[in-house]
Amino acid sequence: MSKGLKSRKKQRLIVLSTAVAALVGAVLLVLFALGGDSLSLFLQPSSVLEKKIQAGQRFRLGGLVQDGSFKKLEDGLTYKFVVTDCAADIPVQFKGLLPDLFREGQGVVTEGALDATGTFMADTVLAKHDENYTPKGTMPKNVEACEHPEKAAGY
Amino acid sequence: MIPEIGHFALAVALMLALVGAIVPHVGIARSDARLMGLADRVIYGQFLMALIAFGALTYAYVISDFSVLNVAANSHTAKPMLYKISGVWGNHEGSLMLWVLTLTLFASAVAWRGKELPLRFRSRVLAVQSALIVGFLIFILFTSNPFLRLDPVPVEGNGLNPLLQDPGLAFHPPMLYLGYVGLSIAFSFAVAALIEGEVTPLWARWVRPWTLSAWMLLTGGLVLGSWWAYYELGWGGWWFWDPVENAAFMPWLIASALLHSSIVVEKRDALKSWTILLAIIAFSFSLFGTFMVRSGVITSVHSFANDPERGLYILGFLAVVVGGSLSLYAWRAPKLSPSGLFGMVSRESALVLNNILLSTFAAVVLVGTLYPMMLEATGGAQITVGPPFFEFAAIVLMSPLIVALGFGPLLAWKRGRIGRAGQMLIPALIVALVAFLAVAWDSAGGLLMTGFGLGLALWLIVSVFLELFERLQLFKKPAKVLSRMKALPRATWGMSFAHLGIGVILLGITVSEAWTTEKLLIMAPGEQAEVAGFSFRLHGVEPVAGPNYTAIRGHFTVAEDGQVFNQLFPEDRVYTDQVMNTTEAAIAPIWTGDLYAVIGESAGEGKWSVRLYFKPFISFLWLGATFMIVGGIFSLTDRRKRIGAPKGKRNKSAAGAA
Repeated sequence: MSKGLKSRKKQRLIVLSTAVAALVGAVLLVLFALGGDSLSLFLQPSSVLEKKIQAGQRFRLGGLVQDGSFKKLEDGLTYKFVVTDCAADIPVQFKGLLPDLFREGQGVVTEGALDATGTFMADTVLAKHDENYTPKGTMPKNVEACEHPEKAAGY
Repeated sequence: MIPEIGHFALAVALMLALVGAIVPHVGIARSDARLMGLADRVIYGQFLMALIAFGALTYAYVISDFSVLNVAANSHTAKPMLYKISGVWGNHEGSLMLWVLTLTLFASAVAWRGKELPLRFRSRVLAVQSALIVGFLIFILFTSNPFLRLDPVPVEGNGLNPLLQDPGLAFHPPMLYLGYVGLSIAFSFAVAALIEGEVTPLWARWVRPWTLSAWMLLTGGLVLGSWWAYYELGWGGWWFWDPVENAAFMPWLIASALLHSSIVVEKRDALKSWTILLAIIAFSFSLFGTFMVRSGVITSVHSFANDPERGLYILGFLAVVVGGSLSLYAWRAPKLSPSGLFGMVSRESALVLNNILLSTFAAVVLVGTLYPMMLEATGGAQITVGPPFFEFAAIVLMSPLIVALGFGPLLAWKRGRIGRAGQMLIPALIVALVAFLAVAWDSAGGLLMTGFGLGLALWLIVSVFLELFERLQLFKKPAKVLSRMKALPRATWGMSFAHLGIGVILLGITVSEAWTTEKLLIMAPGEQAEVAGFSFRLHGVEPVAGPNYTAIRGHFTVAEDGQVFNQLFPEDRVYTDQVMNTTEAAIAPIWTGDLYAVIGESAGEGKWSVRLYFKPFISFLWLGATFMIVGGIFSLTDRRKRIGAPKGKRNKSAAGAA
């Protein structure tokens, strides 16, 4: 098979079938991977409570850091704060250096899972946004519920 | 006055571009050489106008003319001059000006250097290029005018986002843009070839320097961006599979594929219509990347713009360019003359495999990037597609590519022998297997993927050398090696360098991912911490002041076996013109890796939270990328390109016939 030149038709057939196989493989890959852990939900506090997310399931939690909720624990490295969408709150615990743009009253995106007591144990706090606008999805859906919506908008 | 001149120059450029986009086609239809020749001059005119406009904007930035809205919004008198100038393209309007400037610059280069191109073909290329320039100029003039005045004039500007005030980021966007625009030339050549209905090996030779330069610039741009993330964002990561990064990565993947497939067109007159398609897709991805970053559909530090009107315009422009060129392709590509034949095992087949894998990877990245947006747009749940997805795809799709990369260059054109290539590669296989088994054994089976990655990297590196030795006949005629080294074409050296670069990068990724040591702790001055066998001692923390920021600066010394050999000064800055914190990690590269220190906030009682890393082999990432770019330079200066392509006989006769 490998020796000799084939007709143009045959050559095209081989190239096409390899390409199709690669594409089908890629689609399967996508389906497989998107079904697994690599796909994480992005939720605001009220939808977390609504959907009754189980402890241990990883997801991204977005919302505003509630004013006055920020605390540092004894060890100096663990932080506690509350993420709110003005309708519901979720306490968050995070150990590590907080990103430069972390502020009370501003949007934040964290990644982790709930523990048995309902505290969100975050292992990542994302901060790849500038402070001119709220990171995508952290603006409360029911913004009227907030006392200071202009603050919620990040101005 | 100066900004008005700039504004006027843009308007003139638009008129010229309209003329340049239409008249050459008329000239060709009427076989009127004078009208065709107009394309050159109109392009020079557009370049001059774009240069005046860009100069006017730069001038406004340099003298801090805050009566210009764009300057007031993005600059500040206290900013260092470098960032005043980089501020010109550090915003939406200015970056589009840079697009237009480079579009016209490259088009002028085609007009100037492309005298050996048949007049008819060159006019077509320049006309397509002018049409693209029209699209961008309309966008600037109607939705993103950088010369808008501000009344009353503010006393001080808003300042550039402090995260962007960094040498790495000052040059990262322009490099990417130059790369994108370089691909526009390949696109214009492809569209012109479709209109003319002919693709020849000569065509591939003309396009190749442009693709190659674009690819090098994209490589450089990606690396600068990733280097910036590595030292500026302060957690030692260098790639996040963020939509903005993906937007720049996809054109790179397709450009790499195009680079390889155009070799097949040049050498073997095969894969013609596929290469045309790749050229169209590569530029489409560049436009798409601009759309994603500029329209505000994604939010990250890169996307300054957040304006639906602009988004809609870019989307429309994208639809016209991509839809139009693909329709043209569907209509004209079947009429291209049939391609040359090749055997199942041949250099051509290896390059086809390269193309299939690279394009598939680009497609998977595209799906992973768009899926969350589409799901959200259709009212579904908000989700994110995280790094595991992309990493998995990279492993599955790029591993076979790297295995095949060892074989490819050893196969002959048209009909190769896989057995012979395999025999030559036995040493590479042995090295790879040993590395894999050593890692697997050492970690008791815990680091199988690390072993696999290490094995792949070494396989590639060793096989690049084996292939080079074979070409030099190092073992058969050792005496003649030097003369053979001189005789070897630069393009071959370029290939070896670039492939070596990939192996080196893979080595850096694998080792740094597996063996990075990280410590997060509270330290008081005088205290000491052990990280990967190095002792970091904190001497003190002191306040410092910069031109437009204040900072606290930590002072660490690093010792190994009691010997102090390095010092680190990480900073935590607070910028004053846009109040914002930035982390300036201190990084000291040593032979085996990077020492990396970050200072956080005060923990009270004179203590500080710090983060210390040792990242082994991380410099291999930048080293490998440098190899790839050096390879590109070698290939670009190859003799057959330096002396210019010979006159195109077939094209000329075609020009005369039609």
